Amino acid sequence: MTTMTSAKHAVSRRGFLKGAGGLTFAVALGTGGIQLLTPAQARAAARQGQMSAWVHIGADDKITILTPGAEMGQGSMTSVPLILAEELDADWSKVALENAPAEPKVYGYTRKRGTNVSYSMAIVGSRAVMMYYKPMRTAGAQVRKVLMQAAAKKWGVPVAQLKTEPSVVIGPGGKRLTYGEIAAFAEVPDKLPAVSAKELKKPANFRLIGKSQPRRDIPPKVDGSAKFSIDVQLPGMVYASTVHAPVQGAKPLSWNEDKLKTLKGYLGAVKLKEGVAVIADNFEHVMAARAELQVKWSKGKAAGYNSEPALMTEYPKQAEDPKTKAKKVDAKGDTAKAFADAGKVYKADYRCDYGYHAQMEPLNAVASVNEAGDKVEIWEGTQAPDRSRGMIAEALGFKTGQVIHNQMYMGGGFGRRSQTDYTVEAALISKQIKKPVKMIWTREEDINYGMFRPQTLQKLEAALDKSGKLVGWKHSVIGDGRRLLSGGMKISSYYDVPNRHAVEQSAGKHGIRTKHWRAVAHVFNVYAIEALIDEIAAAQGMDPLEFRLKNVPLTAKARRVLEKVAQMSDWGKKRPDGRALGLSMTERSGSLGAQVAEVSVDRKSGKIRVHKVWSAIDGGIVVQPEAARRNIESGVHYGLSSVLVERATIKDGSVQQSNFHDYQVLRMADSPEEVHVEFLDRPTKPTGLGEIGNPGMGSAVANGFYALTGKRLYHMPFTPERVLEALKT
Amino acid sequence: MVAFTLNGKRVSVATEPDTPLLWAVREHLKLTGTKYGCGAGLCGACTVHVNGKAVKSCQTQLSEVEGARVLTIEGLSKDSSHPLQKAFIAEQVPQCGYCQSGQIMKAAELLASNPKPSRDQIVAHMNGNICRCGTYNRIVAAVERASKEG
Repeated sequence: MTTMTSAKHAVSRRGFLKGAGGLTFAVALGTGGIQLLTPAQARAAARQGQMSAWVHIGADDKITILTPGAEMGQGSMTSVPLILAEELDADWSKVALENAPAEPKVYGYTRKRGTNVSYSMAIVGSRAVMMYYKPMRTAGAQVRKVLMQAAAKKWGVPVAQLKTEPSVVIGPGGKRLTYGEIAAFAEVPDKLPAVSAKELKKPANFRLIGKSQPRRDIPPKVDGSAKFSIDVQLPGMVYASTVHAPVQGAKPLSWNEDKLKTLKGYLGAVKLKEGVAVIADNFEHVMAARAELQVKWSKGKAAGYNSEPALMTEYPKQAEDPKTKAKKVDAKGDTAKAFADAGKVYKADYRCDYGYHAQMEPLNAVASVNEAGDKVEIWEGTQAPDRSRGMIAEALGFKTGQVIHNQMYMGGGFGRRSQTDYTVEAALISKQIKKPVKMIWTREEDINYGMFRPQTLQKLEAALDKSGKLVGWKHSVIGDGRRLLSGGMKISSYYDVPNRHAVEQSAGKHGIRTKHWRAVAHVFNVYAIEALIDEIAAAQGMDPLEFRLKNVPLTAKARRVLEKVAQMSDWGKKRPDGRALGLSMTERSGSLGAQVAEVSVDRKSGKIRVHKVWSAIDGGIVVQPEAARRNIESGVHYGLSSVLVERATIKDGSVQQSNFHDYQVLRMADSPEEVHVEFLDRPTKPTGLGEIGNPGMGSAVANGFYALTGKRLYHMPFTPERVLEALKT
Repeated sequence: MVAFTLNGKRVSVATEPDTPLLWAVREHLKLTGTKYGCGAGLCGACTVHVNGKAVKSCQTQLSEVEGARVLTIEGLSKDSSHPLQKAFIAEQVPQCGYCQSGQIMKAAELLASNPKPSRDQIVAHMNGNICRCGTYNRIVAAVERASKEG
């Protein structure tokens, strides 16, 4: 993959607009989304730096499409441009992909809130395909129309008599012109053809969408040639690593520079907001300096904070305290009345510990500030290149245009790489030492200065009417994590309970950095919702599937995925001795899923094992089914990992874990032998599939554990200690 | 100065002999397919072969490979033609891809000594290599495919 820098640079380098031959389609964003530009508009926009090439068709038939799908393993780099290629009717084997520059007004997707339109390239919240689907299709169809019009003019026939096959326009009598042949003589017209929604392909005519093309990033990932930012090598580059305070939020006051100066290869240190970066001529010398560095820190924001007592004793008190700050998340009907009139009320509390992203590539970036000190070039893997570029500019006192940004592959994102604090550090270091620098956090640093999925307490109550139907629902969540607590609390897309009330409560600020984490709040909220539903079913003496189908007001979409997963897992069939099934629903980013886990437990050690997982997912039209299937498989593993083994704890403001020995993640021997995924064949527009695999795992496992043992698990992760404790009750 | 053979070529590195092989290979010799994941021998992302045996290069000192044959992902084949590389593509295994060099090198060690491993043998052999994207089932499928088609 070639990396690209700024939009203007990209255009001139490729000669998209002049010189190189072929046809270039420029785009810009208006309030209506991505729009192709006429040549006059493109020239005007180029002068303002507001446009760039999106599609280039070479006379040699090679088609280049820029891809805004930041690649972290989810396959968006391939899926997003493939949508454009579909409507263009391009021969996919002749399509090359280039990373789109970090120019949100050109390559971003638009989001409307009221009259406010924002532009973003952030690949978060399972957005890539979902947000780019419509604009990519329209742009592709427009380019195809331009090619057809040019061919029609050349042949002197009406456009209506033409059709296309991959990268070829076919005329009357079987006349053919390849897209490259057309590009050699055609021009982008002064007036671009409009494309109405009706003119887009019918799904039955798709050649690429739904057909699973191999991901373009895979071949370089099996021979070591895929470049992550940590792999970047620059002439004259030095190395750095930041040491952050053991207590989060502390600032460096002084350090033992005199000692560091005596070390071989040591080049200096840079004081950062919450850390000290040591710099040396190579990485082993950086590590030696890290080992010698002793810093005096200010008192950190998190000083005195202990996560376990907070979760176990403080949160329950705060949750009951009317003075606790609370925000309504969802409300419908008359919840008080539903509970007052209820035939039966059920209540349960659920807890979930902090979660760390543990992306395989420790956070790092390469930065090079030029000699004049007025420009910086950045190499990083980021989920939000546009936001990152802005943050780097701000930190250096630059304008965005002074930051040249190179997007690299990401060794895992999971939400952590949408925050670019590590790259800002690299840029500041380079600016101060006036050299290109590769800044790497060690794994220990990556955890110590982590940003965590918040720990939370969920309190749930459900009311059944006299006939046993679910009619009332109350859900509160409490924790510290602004905007990270309430996701997944709205259940109406699957359980349309007539009387609902959901509220998010603030436990106050602990001083611990929190962050999005693959489906973040869904992880703890879905666990609580689905565990309680299972508990009610059992109390009603009903099978968990039967209860949902008969006594819960299911949406049609929910019924479909439930029936599908029941069929896939052969729900009613008896399992081998010592194994049982747990069922869960999950909603995320517009998609809906139902999942079943087959579990066993070693009653001596308390270790739960998940053998098989079935997922039935409604994600609308699935653009790249094989890549999407692997996304779900990935989510299942990521979910199980957090459910079974992952746990971060804080003591006196310090994160207690430091590497993979004490922050365990799922390994192969503990992963399920079988993971089955099926997508419902639905004609609706694509919804997010990057995160729907994991949030259902907590309840699927807890519910399977109940089916096996008759005991409930109320605190995630289900560590052997907690399992043994539950078995004793 | 420590000299050894890297992917069939004689190389030497002038740095402290206790430097981890990982950093020598990545930063001194600029072969970056071998990855840093934990620096503590816990994740396997840095797996390379030394004299045919898979080792964690973050836990191997440069001095230990004096005169040895070191093989990294870049030297496994000239053109991604190793049966495992072909199988990893066929099964579309990598996701973020960061751990995959280590996975492939670890699996290559297994197939070299046991061309027809059972599923249990594959899992036992690969358990030290973490994949955070959870491609484990696909890795097993790819190793089985390579074993069959290799």
